Parts: sequence; structure tokens; C-alpha cells
Amino acid sequence: MQRRVNIWSNIDWLTVAMYLVLVFLGWINIYAAVYNEDHHSIFDFSQRYGKQLIWIAAALVIAFIVFIIDINFYSYFAYIVYGLMIFLLIAVLIFGKEVHGAKSWFEIGRFRIQPAEFAKIATALVLARYLSSYNVQINTLKSYLRVAAIILIPSLLILLQNDTGSALVYFVFILVLYREGISESILLLGLFVVILFILALVLEKLIIIFLSIAIVFIIFWFLNRRLKNVGIGIGILFLTSAVLYGINEVLSMGLSYYYIILAALGISGLVYTILAIRYKIKNVALLLVFLIGSVLLTYSVDHVFNNFLEPHQQKRINVVLGLESDPYGVEYNVNQSKIAIGSGGLYGKGFLRGTQTKFDFVPEQSTDFIFCTIGEEWGFMGTFFVVSLFVFFLYRLIGIAERQRSPFSRIYGYGVVSVLFFHIVINIGMTIGLVPVIGIPLPFFSYGGSSLWAFTILLFIFLRLDASRLELLK
Amino acid sequence: MLHSFIVDSFANRRHIIRFIIILIGLVYIVKLFVIQVVDSTYKLTASSNVLRYVTQFPARGLIYDREGKLLVYNEAAYDLMVIPRQLEPFDTTEFCQILDITKEYVDEALRRAKEFSVYNSSIFLKQVSSKTYANLQEKLYKYPGFFVQARTLRKYTLENGAHLLGYVGEVNNKIIESNEYYKSGDYIGVSGIEQSYEEYLRGQKGVNVYLVDVHNRIQGSYANGRLDRKAKVGSNIISTIDSDLQAYGEKLMRNKIGSIVAIEPSTGEILALVSSPTYNPELLVGRIRTKNYVTLMSDTLKPLFNRALMAQYPPGSTFKVVNALIGMQEKTLFPYTKYECVGAYYSRGLRVGCHFHRSPLNLIESIQMSCNTYYCNVFRSILDNKKYPSIRESFDKWREYIMSFGFGQYLNSDFGNELKGLVPTKQTYDRIYGENGWRSLTLISMAIGQGELGTTPLQMANMTAAIANRGYYYTPHVVEEIEGDFDLDERFYQKNYTKIDSNYFEIVIEGMDLAVNGEPGSGSTARSAQIPEITVCGKTGTAENPHGKDHSIFIAFAPKKNPKIAIAVYIENGGFGSTWAAPTAKLMIEEYLNDSISVPWWEEYVLNAEINYNAETSKHME
Ligand SMILES: [Zn+2]
Repeated sequence: MQRRVNIWSNIDWLTVAMYLVLVFLGWINIYAAVYNEDHHSIFDFSQRYGKQLIWIAAALVIAFIVFIIDINFYSYFAYIVYGLMIFLLIAVLIFGKEVHGAKSWFEIGRFRIQPAEFAKIATALVLARYLSSYNVQINTLKSYLRVAAIILIPSLLILLQNDTGSALVYFVFILVLYREGISESILLLGLFVVILFILALVLEKLIIIFLSIAIVFIIFWFLNRRLKNVGIGIGILFLTSAVLYGINEVLSMGLSYYYIILAALGISGLVYTILAIRYKIKNVALLLVFLIGSVLLTYSVDHVFNNFLEPHQQKRINVVLGLESDPYGVEYNVNQSKIAIGSGGLYGKGFLRGTQTKFDFVPEQSTDFIFCTIGEEWGFMGTFFVVSLFVFFLYRLIGIAERQRSPFSRIYGYGVVSVLFFHIVINIGMTIGLVPVIGIPLPFFSYGGSSLWAFTILLFIFLRLDASRLELLK
Repeated sequence: MLHSFIVDSFANRRHIIRFIIILIGLVYIVKLFVIQVVDSTYKLTASSNVLRYVTQFPARGLIYDREGKLLVYNEAAYDLMVIPRQLEPFDTTEFCQILDITKEYVDEALRRAKEFSVYNSSIFLKQVSSKTYANLQEKLYKYPGFFVQARTLRKYTLENGAHLLGYVGEVNNKIIESNEYYKSGDYIGVSGIEQSYEEYLRGQKGVNVYLVDVHNRIQGSYANGRLDRKAKVGSNIISTIDSDLQAYGEKLMRNKIGSIVAIEPSTGEILALVSSPTYNPELLVGRIRTKNYVTLMSDTLKPLFNRALMAQYPPGSTFKVVNALIGMQEKTLFPYTKYECVGAYYSRGLRVGCHFHRSPLNLIESIQMSCNTYYCNVFRSILDNKKYPSIRESFDKWREYIMSFGFGQYLNSDFGNELKGLVPTKQTYDRIYGENGWRSLTLISMAIGQGELGTTPLQMANMTAAIANRGYYYTPHVVEEIEGDFDLDERFYQKNYTKIDSNYFEIVIEGMDLAVNGEPGSGSTARSAQIPEITVCGKTGTAENPHGKDHSIFIAFAPKKNPKIAIAVYIENGGFGSTWAAPTAKLMIEEYLNDSISVPWWEEYVLNAEINYNAETSKHME
């Protein structure tokens, strides 16, 4: 009995209050977004705003249930819950219903539920459970592989459901790993791969190979600190390239510059290796691997881009990179979205006064593009408030995570922060044209039971853990 | 108090994470400040409270015939659009008067528009005439929420080629859901060239964004037209059709049911494609479309049904040519091979009748006189060839040859609605007779092109082209050129070889020559296809029809050297091939090669044909 009294008084009520404000704002903006003169009551349950009110009520009941469950349940049963989620993700591939091309819904009567939304919670729990085990050292190959498996299995299953947006969410768990001490070089490598991938789409392969060579020599100079060695290296490469170029011209073999440079690199690479062994120069092998890796990566980009992405996904990426114009599809939607938000001005047009948001993307107006309604009807004041509230909310959650005494609670807390952060950044970013159009909901705002409940459970498990943080003194 | 099991040495990384979150928050706030407060392109002025998106519909590409004669063009039409949200009470009486509609229509149309969307525009009244439009234009300011959108409608220079050209119709919900480009009320090619080349013909829609004031008046272009997209006009298409030949073919077929397909063998270009009965393409344009469509659909003679591509008939005796080629290729038949004919073929109690002619005949004569007995022997020699362990293998071989002429499969022309036709497989017979229950005699009707075979007129014309080319064909197609930087599909430039050596074709062509041009009294079966000065090579056929009188078939090409045209004619219930199909084909060939008819009597004969079609036959026609 003593314990339970403690729990209620230890709840972080500020976070709960922010949660309620966000959910409330979501509700009234859904009302404004799909406002229909024939059904003007906000309590009309045949309309989305009426239904959202039911989802909210249910979410509060769910939050309460989350609270009365014993905290040990979440860590003890993490793996079981995770296993169950994986099972559901597979089951939905077989028995699921297809909505907008994504096979990610279970339909039970008139009720639809999306397991992908809940799989994030299970993943955050398992990640916390695994990383908080006594004997786990994060920077070992074994841990890397296990962590990768925990994160990527649900992600791949969701990708198979054709729900790319929800699948991408899982990459944000890198933030959790970062907090828990994953080596910076791994992250830098990851970052490098991403940057190279984007560059490879935008730039010519030839330019990228020059860039990579330049970077390698600069790193070599940093590690080695001897200009002479760098000079010799460049000299060898330059000479072999010139010779190969000459041969190519004389025999008129018609090879492109790219292949000449590639061949020259191959030959010089051999020479470097011999020299490095002979004079015991360090790090040469590593740099060569790096160089070969980046060549292979640029090579694979086209392949990945053309074969693994759907045409509409390629289009979205191309539009953001400015490589393609798509006036009728994505670009048009983003333009509409920007006009809606921009037309709100400083103070907005007022509640239910928006005209633009109702224009062109009716199907997603209350879900993925709900931020447009905020922008148009509440102006910069509204968007500033919402963005700030989100930032403060995340800031607060990090604070709560850091005050945990059990690593499990802390890691889980960072999982919550990461997932919310990703959703917020991507969703708002796409409405103002800063990131590609990826259809994922804005936490607590977007219409839909599945996502609201999932975010509620995600958050309240953390608040539940936090409420019991003092019990872990023993 | 700060007792922990694991030393948390990375606690200061929280600052970096917080920093990232705040940084992105700031970037977003700055970006929002820019688009909401600083950048005025997104602002709407006080007097103009609405943006209006007016779609610019590009003119659809024109269609020409192979001589460059215009066949299909466009005419302006206007759709009256409505945005329910912007409606204000208006004078319905005057409104109805201008548009010549009833008050009930207004109520119903507005209800439908509201149901679709309160904020998006939808069509209130389709295809208002230019005159009404001029009237309406002046008074539109009285009716906020309404505006006019220009579109184009198809117009035809001739009454011909409806099946070839196809028609344009409104998109249905299925298309809207599966293809982002189409919005409710848009048009799309539904059949023929309009359908197959939709992507080229339609062009690319554009959009103009206007500022509109509360009085429904356009205030000007929004953001200096920065968000406007220019419409791209559709590409014109030059078809392979010879419109004179097409018109002539339709004229000859006017009182008949059936079809004609003419192909240029050296390219695979379709010169004419007639399906009779046909309809005037104008019937399926504009507001009258729906009504006419229903009428045409309920016509028992099925004028909308494209017989040239979709009707399957047995090929009849024309198929003897193919069996002769296979026999020679398989070395079970030689030009000098002779078979006796006593007016019928008898074997184990089975009888296949023949007509009277002299006997015995060699290969060339057998084609000239179309002897059934001869081909029963040829066919059995192919299937009972000792080279193969059993009939299962020899049948497969035979089938392979047949398929190489394009039978039993889609030819992959540029028409979307071809039928495959029917060439039976081993399994077909296994099912009927059991695995060891069938022999060459069981299949004997296919020797003379009857039985389980089904071919379309297009496939027959294609086979004729392959014979004319002495062994190969180009996939038939109806478009010669797409204007702009577009190439036709590569498959139209590739030769498809039959599995028969080209020298064997010379022999059957000799037979086809004699069938048309043999001396009177020599037993030639197709003398009604003779044209002075031009060597027509042809073969008659009669397709058995269980529902009525047999169908009359004729295939031919001309001239014998460097053929310019290959043709297949089907006249349903026309009886013998020589009666109606052969003279029809002859007239078509003459019209195409000479632009004139040497013996007008033949034209009259064909035009005045009286073929008895009762309701019963027409019902079973396909
Ligand atoms: Zn005979």
C-alpha cells in the first residue's frame, strides 16, 4: 500500500499536463481540418473529430491501466512483448488489410489497428532491457550485431508491409545508442555513409572519387604529420593516372576518366601497400579500405536507388534534392502545404477560418498534414507555440531520463525521446519542405486511434517507471 | 546515495542530444518565421481571400492517316464548375434560363458537389456550348462559387475507323485511385489508338493559380505565376491507316457482318481494319455519349465489338497452306507428293468430304483446288512421323510451327484488346480422350482448319503477311509515328521468323497464285479474286459454323513479287470463301494498289450482297 501512494505523488504532472495540452490541440485542429457545415458539432461521432474524442478518452483509460501495472512487468516481459510484436508484424503481412498500398492494418469488424505503431514500444523496451544487462559492453561486435538485430528486424518487417515511413523510424534509436556510449567513430562512419549516399545521387561519380581521394590524403596527413609522405602518395597517383591516360589516348580505347582514375587507384594502392610495409607507415591499410569502401558505396547507390526504392519514393527524394520537378504529385502537395502555412501570417486566420488547408490534400489533412491547419489558422504564433512546446516536452523527458537510477528506465526514456523526436522532425519538416514527404503521424496531433494509443503507451510506461524511480534505492 | 551498478561515463552526451533537439527546433522556427511572416509570396491580400486553381487542359494530340490526312481533331467545350464553400444565395430562375436546365437539376448537382467536397471544385454542368458560355461569362459575377473551365472534345473528319481510333471517355474511380494523374471528370482514351497511345495523346495538364475576390472575380495571377504550370500539348500521332482504303472497306462491308484486316507485309503496318457493323465515332463524344453508348451496347449485332481483334473463328481451308509448309519442313511432304482423291477422305469408318476435281493432285495443285483429302493425308503424315516416338511429340512439334505464325497467343499489336485465339495443347486432348486415347485421326479436322482451332482476323492477316514475306512478319501495328521525341516500341521494328525455311514458301505461293489465276476450268477455287495486270495470290476458306450458315474467308496478298498488301476477309454466314470474301478482298487490293476498280460490276455485286442474318445467328456470332 505504501508503494502505491508513493507512485501517484511521484508522477511528473508537468509532463502529463503537456501531454493533455498537445492531445487537446490535436483534437481541435482535426475539427478545423475536416470541419463540415452539415456536422458542425465537435461531438458529432460520425465525423473524425468526434471519433478522435473517443480515441482520446480510450487513450486516457489506457494510460491509467499502464500506471496500475507493476513496473517490473515492463523489464521482465520486454522480450516476450517484443516476440509477440514480431509475430503480429508477420501476421499482418499475411492476414492484414491493404490501405493506401500499405499492408499494415488488422481489421476486426469496423475497427482497424496498425501493429507497426506498437512495435516501437516493444523495441524501445527490449533495447533498454538488453543494454541495461550487467554483462553487456556496448562497443563489442557481439553487441553491435545484437542491437542491430533488435532494431532492424521490426524495421524490415514494416518495410515489407510497404510502410517505408514507419520503417525509417527505427533508425532513430541510434540516438539511444549514442547516449549509452556507442563509439563515435561508428557514428561518424554511419554519417559518412549517409552523406556519401546523398552526394552520389547529386554529383557525378568522378567528382565523388576526387573528393574521397582528397579526404583520404587529408586524413593521412593528420594521422601521419609528414608532408613528404603525402607528397609521394599524391605523386604516385598522379603519375599512374597520367601514364594510363596516355595509354588510353594512344590506343584510343575510349575509357572514361572515371575508369582511368579507378585503375590508377588500383595500381597506386598496390604501390602504397608495398611502401607502407617496407617503411612501416601506419594507417595506410585502413585508409585504403576506406577508399575502396567509398568507391563501392557510390557504385551501389544507383543500384539501391533504382532497385530497392519504389518510383514514388525515388521521386520524393529527387524532389527534395532538387533533381526532379513533379508539379502534380509531391512537389505540388508540399507547395500547397507551404502556401497553407505561409498564408497564416503572424496571427493566423482564426479558428475554422482557414481556407487553404481544405484545398488539395483532403485525404491526409487530418493525419499527416495536420500541421498545416495549425499554421494557417493560428499563424506563426501557433506554430511557434507548438514547436516550442514539443522542444520543451523533449527537453523535459531527457531531464526525467537522466534522473533515473536504473539504466533500464533511462535507456527506455531515451527510446521515447528518440521516437517522438523523429516523428516530430519528419512530420513538421515535410510540411515546410525541409525533408522528403514521408507519411508518418505527428505525435498526439494526427487523427487515428492506433498512433495516439501507441504514443500514449510509449510515454506513460516511461512516466510509470519514473514514478517508481525512488524505489530503486536498495 | 548515488549508487549505481554501472558507471555512467557518457552522461554528458545528454547535452549534445539536447543541443541537437534545440537546434532543429530553432531551424524549424526560423523557417516558419520566413514562410509565415517574412516571405510575402504565401500571403493573401485582404481583398482576395481565396486562391483558385484552374486546371489547364492541354489539347489532345491529333491523329492523321498515313498520307497525312487529318482524322481526329479537337473542339472547345466548357465545363461549369462549382466550389460549394464559396456559394452565396443566387437567382435560380435566371441561372436556369441561361443554362437551359431545371431547378431540380441545380439542387441535385449542388448536392452531389457538396458530397464530393465542400472546398474542392467539381463539375456542375458538363460541356456547355460556346454560345451559352458567351452568355454566361457576362453574368458570372452574380454567381460566386461558379467558374468555367475550358476543355476539348474530339471531332472526326470522317465517319470511318471508329474501332481503330477508339474513343475517349471520363475516367472511372478505379483509374483515379490507381493513377495520380487523373482527377474526377478527366478524360482518358478507352479503346483503340486513343487508349494505346493515351500517354502521348493526352499531353500534360497545367494549372494556373489565381487570386479571387469575394465577388468571384479573378484578381490576377497569384505570386506572379510562380506556382503556375504550363500545360503541355499532346503529341500528334500519324497512324498507319490508309483512310481511303478504310472507308472503302467499311463501304463494302456495310450490309455484312465480319471484318477485313489489311497489312503492309514489309513493315507490319495496318492499312485498314474493318469490323462490321460499325458506328460513327461522333456518336461517342460529348453529352450524347452516354445515351448512344447504351443504345450501341444493346444492339444485338454488337457494333462496339471489334471483330477484327476479338472474334475467333476456325481458319478453314486457308490453314492448308500452313499444314503444307509444316509438312515440307518436316520432310513428310514434297512438292511432287501426290495423293488420290475420290471425292472424300475415308479412314477407319471416318469420312471427310471433298468436292469434285481431277485426281491425283500434287502439292501446288492441292492448294489451287483446295483438296481436303490431300490435307488429311498431309496432316496425318506429320503427326505419324516415325521420327518422333509418339504422337505426343509430333503434335508438340506441329504446335510449335503453328505458334511461330503468331497463332494461339497475343500478337502484341498496339491494340489493348486483342484475343489470343485458340490452339489446342496435348493436355486439351488428354482431358477429352485420356492420355493414350488420341491418334492423328482423332485430330483430323484440324487438317483442313476446322475443329478446335480459333484464330482472329488480325492473326490471319498477319499469317498472310508472313507468307508474303516468305517466312517472317513484323508485329502488326497501327501507329507509324509519334510527333515529338518519341520512338515506337522496339518490337515493331523486329522481324519475327516463322520456323519454316523461306524456299518452302515459294511452293505454296505458286499454289496460291494458281488458285486465283488458273485457267478457267482448271479447278482454281478463287478465280473471283482475279485482277487484270496484278498477280494476286490467295486462298479461300470456309469456317464451319454450328449456329448457322458457314463463314466465308479469304486471305490474299499482292503483287506476287514485292507484296504491298496482305489481307484477310471474313464474311459471317457468307458461305464459300469464293462467294463473298474473295471478291471483297480483290476490290480492296485493287483500290489500294490502283486507286480504281477495273470491273465495276464486281463492286456492285459485293455492295448488293444479300446475306441472310436472322436474330438467332447474330446472337451466336461471337
Ligand atoms: Zn479432293
